[in-house]
Amino acid sequence: MDLGYWLPLFFAGAMGLALLIYVVLDGYDLGIGLLLPFADEDEKDVMVAAIGPFWDANETWIVLGVGILLIAFPQAHGLVLTSLYLPVTLMLMGLILRGVSFDFRVKAGDKHKAKWNMLFAVGSLIASVSQGWMLGAFVTGLTGDATNTLFAFLIALALPALYIMLGASWLLIKTEGALFKKAVHWGRLAVLPMGAFLLLISIATPLVSATIAEKWFTLPNAIGLMPIPIATGLAYAGLIWVFNSNRILHNGYGWLAFLSLIVMCVLASIGLAYSLFPDIVLGRLSIWEAASATESLLFTFWGTVITLPMILCYTFFIYRVFRGKATDLSYE
Amino acid sequence: MEFDPFLLARLQFAANISFHILFPTITIGLCWVLFYFRLRYTFSGDKAWEYAYFFWVKIFALSFALGVVSGITMSFQFGTNWPGFMERAGNIAGPLLGYEVLTAFFLEASFLGIMLFGKNRVSNRLHLVSCALVAVGTSFSAFWILSLNSWMQTPTGFRLEDGVFFVDSWWEAIFNPSFPYRLAHMLNASLLTAAFLIMGVSAWRARRQVDGPATWKVMRTGALMAAVLAPLQVWIGDLHGLNTLEHQPAKIAAMEGIWETEKGAPLTLFGFPDEEAKTNHMAITIPHGASLILTHDWNGEIQGLNEFGDDIPPVAPVFWSFRVMVGVGMLMVLVGWWAAWGLFRRRDENRDNQIWLLRALSVMTFSGWVAVLAGWYVTEIGRQPWIVSGLLRTSEVVADHSSATVMGTLFGYVLLYAFLLVSYIAALRYMATKPARSLTLTPQQRAMKAERIDDESAQGEA
Repeated sequence: MDLGYWLPLFFAGAMGLALLIYVVLDGYDLGIGLLLPFADEDEKDVMVAAIGPFWDANETWIVLGVGILLIAFPQAHGLVLTSLYLPVTLMLMGLILRGVSFDFRVKAGDKHKAKWNMLFAVGSLIASVSQGWMLGAFVTGLTGDATNTLFAFLIALALPALYIMLGASWLLIKTEGALFKKAVHWGRLAVLPMGAFLLLISIATPLVSATIAEKWFTLPNAIGLMPIPIATGLAYAGLIWVFNSNRILHNGYGWLAFLSLIVMCVLASIGLAYSLFPDIVLGRLSIWEAASATESLLFTFWGTVITLPMILCYTFFIYRVFRGKATDLSYE
Repeated sequence: MEFDPFLLARLQFAANISFHILFPTITIGLCWVLFYFRLRYTFSGDKAWEYAYFFWVKIFALSFALGVVSGITMSFQFGTNWPGFMERAGNIAGPLLGYEVLTAFFLEASFLGIMLFGKNRVSNRLHLVSCALVAVGTSFSAFWILSLNSWMQTPTGFRLEDGVFFVDSWWEAIFNPSFPYRLAHMLNASLLTAAFLIMGVSAWRARRQVDGPATWKVMRTGALMAAVLAPLQVWIGDLHGLNTLEHQPAKIAAMEGIWETEKGAPLTLFGFPDEEAKTNHMAITIPHGASLILTHDWNGEIQGLNEFGDDIPPVAPVFWSFRVMVGVGMLMVLVGWWAAWGLFRRRDENRDNQIWLLRALSVMTFSGWVAVLAGWYVTEIGRQPWIVSGLLRTSEVVADHSSATVMGTLFGYVLLYAFLLVSYIAALRYMATKPARSLTLTPQQRAMKAERIDDESAQGEA
């Protein structure tokens, strides 16, 4: 077996998986950050309690994603991160503000609480917009010309919309009463803009990138790809249906909305992976060109196949421990 | 005025890593202390230990959050500021960082949830295990990152092909010559930082008269740690220095301000190193001192900075940082012994009798931070001009950003960090002023075995 061929492929897959998990998991807690200003004071506490035990581990997935980029594709790591210097810096500042506000809002004393709630929301907004910007610039091959910048701008707006939907859906699972009703309301408001953005991006992607257009629209690939947009459309319809059916919502099936979003994210990642493959930086660097030495990849490979399943197991375990509706976060 | 983008990139990285290291330094040590509090409560049933845990776990959570978010910044800055480093040394640095994420980050971040909020959702045993796992996770994290840092200082187990590093032996790369010393020095530094932090905050509470039995138990724990670990640190530091002399003699020469190679080199206690004139001004020296300390020989030979041509680190910052570290370290030994003597021998929990000790401990609250930062400046500035000692120059791997870009983001980071540091200390202060919950413990309660006592009457926090 040719390790020099398979290992970069394995790590490209692992990186994709880590970033997908990141978008879903940190997506819902960033989304809740974005929704925070619209809730009243007590509800804010419940919303934070709904993500309190999880956010730290959620955020670790982006470290793993970037970590794999760095470990397995050092050539791309430098190129990608230097090209994305500004949005990365902004995102980091956003994540810093958001992360520390979790703790400061309850520890710095009541008279500062409003300020930290505000910074929590602002940090979440900066982080999610910057991530959208990064994604947009990345998908178009980091060229930075006018059309591509416009495209990146479009994604910069779309990603927060997705995160809001994830956040609202997470609240359907974790809350009840008035806050639950608010979450339904927020979801209903955000679902159409999110859909419109996704549609626009799907139209814009092949227009912006000729490479991607060729991959999408040549036969017979085009036919093989049809299940992706069709399934995405179905999942989206399901999402709208869940949010508008009181019967589903009030019988405890709100988690179906979150599931629909996961399905949409998975499909989008498959589409994205297909569009980029075999490049790690579109049109500039393939995964094999960017890969580090085989013996280094092999060393990390063993660590990954041993620890990643363990990580998934205890992540599942943590979610089980904190299942059910969120109550006051108490250290005691 | 035009600034050198290289210098700015280094400053930016220095600002980030200096801010970052403050928090892991606390959490790595504090986590084991918390585990100890939980153990003491489990075995004795003394609620004071539980209150101590609840009080300190909040400070731990806050410190942890600051460490996590500033750590994420680090993982990106390798790429944004030093892309050449990963391109050239990625085959070795990558896997070490990867193992840190896989074995440490997820472990600590996941079980932190249970440690902080899971007390009533899991059994006491599982909660204890979670605390231990978080502590193990933080120490694993230190293991991998210090291994990488040490490899950059004393690289082994590799081969170079066209300027790119390839690994020959993972064992030799991970357990490179300076790693055991650096790991021991840093883990011990974390425990000491935690010891002085818990003593300092407790002393402050005692002086503000918001202390309870738990406050004094915590203070005694810290005193015992400091009295044992501070002298231990002097010994480890000495070993670490000998190791550096063997592998990075230019760093030692800069630390000691020795310009000419000589036998029986004097120890410079104080002075102003001058890189232009290659001498120290107003130096106060002890004859043969440096040779005696570094080679354990009266007439041992020490290489001077002039032997290394232009490949020497900036001398003054290394020289001064070293003196700050050693000075604070010695102070920690003295205050540690004083605290142990004052708190154990006399067992006196009267704040008026202990007022001088309490004052000293309050002043020393963040002494660990000062020593750790100074120590890292010695070792990191002392490695310059290399990013991988003797093999790869820092200037070769820097990213090509305009000085305006780096300047702008540097300014942003510094503002943000200053704001967060002030907020952190203010939050600590705020938490420290709440009256102790353990005040309400009656003698019977204190002796009572385990089980939670419904404590509606308790005022404020632990």
